[in-house]
Amino acid sequence: MQLFKEVGQAIAGESKIQKKRRLPYLTDTLVRAILFLCSLVSVFTTLAILAVLVVQSYYFFREVSIIEFLTSKQWTPLFAEKHFGILPLLCGTLLTSLIALLVSVPLGLAVAVYLSEYARRPIRKVIKPFLEILAGIPTIVYGYFALLTITPLLQKLIPGLGGFNALSPGIVMGIMILPLVTSLSEDALRAVPDSLREGGFALGASKLQVSLTIVFPSALSGIMASIILALSRAVGETMIVAIAAGNLPQLTWNPLEPVSTMTAYIVQVSQGDTPYGSLAYNTIFAVAIALFVLTFILNMISFRIRKTFMAIGGGN
Amino acid sequence: MSYFKIETRNVSLYYGNTQALKNITLGVPENKVVAIIGPSGCGKSTYLRLFNRMNDMIDGVRVEGEVLLNGKNIYADGVRVEDVRKRVGMVFQKPNPFPKSIFENVAYGLRINGVTNKRYIEETVERALRQAALWDEVKDNLKKSALALSGGQQQRLCIARALAVEPSVILMDEPSSALDPISNAKIEELIWELKKKYTILIVTHNMQQAARVSDWTAFFYLGELIEYAETKDLFTNPRNEKTQNYITGRFG
Repeated sequence: MQLFKEVGQAIAGESKIQKKRRLPYLTDTLVRAILFLCSLVSVFTTLAILAVLVVQSYYFFREVSIIEFLTSKQWTPLFAEKHFGILPLLCGTLLTSLIALLVSVPLGLAVAVYLSEYARRPIRKVIKPFLEILAGIPTIVYGYFALLTITPLLQKLIPGLGGFNALSPGIVMGIMILPLVTSLSEDALRAVPDSLREGGFALGASKLQVSLTIVFPSALSGIMASIILALSRAVGETMIVAIAAGNLPQLTWNPLEPVSTMTAYIVQVSQGDTPYGSLAYNTIFAVAIALFVLTFILNMISFRIRKTFMAIGGGN
Repeated sequence: MSYFKIETRNVSLYYGNTQALKNITLGVPENKVVAIIGPSGCGKSTYLRLFNRMNDMIDGVRVEGEVLLNGKNIYADGVRVEDVRKRVGMVFQKPNPFPKSIFENVAYGLRINGVTNKRYIEETVERALRQAALWDEVKDNLKKSALALSGGQQQRLCIARALAVEPSVILMDEPSSALDPISNAKIEELIWELKKKYTILIVTHNMQQAARVSDWTAFFYLGELIEYAETKDLFTNPRNEKTQNYITGRFG
């Protein structure tokens, strides 16, 4: 057997050693190719999703005009009398997201300033993991937390509040995006050079004055970017609103009313017995593409702000 | 009343277990410029930062002895560090203007002290900018970002910012080491001008600069004050061998 092998190698014109030498080169190329294919997966997935959305919503927009979609004030695709206005869903999405921002921005910025400017290292080491745990809680848990804990609590405070409303999931979403606001804002605050803090202290400014009038404004663009990213996260959040907001599309800015959001509507239809290929079924793609555009714009804004922020070099 | 505007008496400073300043007694008379020279790591900047208690912010720093401003110990109990810093201005090695407008940079010290009188703020900003020899260059662009100024202009802006709160002492930590020769000359000229109203303590790596701007010069080496004399004496006729070696460029 050994003989045959060696003869074979001789014919191929390669010794054992030469082959061994070529091996690392081959594995290198192979690994590189595999890694490249892996990276392509994400590109193709994005493109495929986009293609499905465009094609499927094309079927929808063949039957419903874009003008009705964007201007009608009712969303009743599952009723006998059908209306296809995205505004109630958009309104519900923005309402719950804004409530989430009202909770997470003040709280998140306060925590970020504390962690970046005040907290000593041991305290930071304790608080940061807790924030990360908060970020790791599954949203279904948050959803039931909203429905079964926060809503009853709110009902005690606000008499007559229904079991489903925009306020409770909004608050819980705020808690969910709190770690995002906190950690990105903290990064922005910590990127402010110490020389600026020293400049403030040397003029007799207190710690609070330095934090609020020098460090915070210097980090403002990074903070704005974090807020918009958090908003985009809230807009895309599904489970919490699907469980606790009530799934009732109505055009209202009253946080005590039940609402439906774009994401919650998609869940509702895709789980129900809506026949595949029907107009009602295709609505979810129209809503999805609207959602895609909305979060895409928000992410672009955040990206732009962060880019200019980096160009300035964090106020350096 | 002490003869000196600012002085240290038997001051030692420790970073944890390392002693950075060893038993230093030194005084700066009013309206004089005193330069501190010495090789890197000799404690010059640490010494300078005693007078506005900027060392306080570093964990594990311990100061022994007395640091006096107008004869009063600024490390005594009950002294508010913010009050000390309002009376002792500081200019840093690298210009560090705030990312605000030129006007707001100079007005900052007033605003944090709760000054709201618009006229008074405007007058003070103009006066400080004139004192810092920057007014003519920026008077038409006060709303422009301070970051758009050149390095030399930024440093003069930082001097104006310090002057606006009307301190009586100015600490300068190698104020022109990051600047070009022309900006450097302007800063030195400015120091001559400022001496009439202020007491100045300046740390410098540049011995020519020390010789040009200061009345008295102190030579530090490894945390010790080796020699303190009138500037022309120290540079022409040093009494200590280490001083002589340093100023003739044999080490450092």
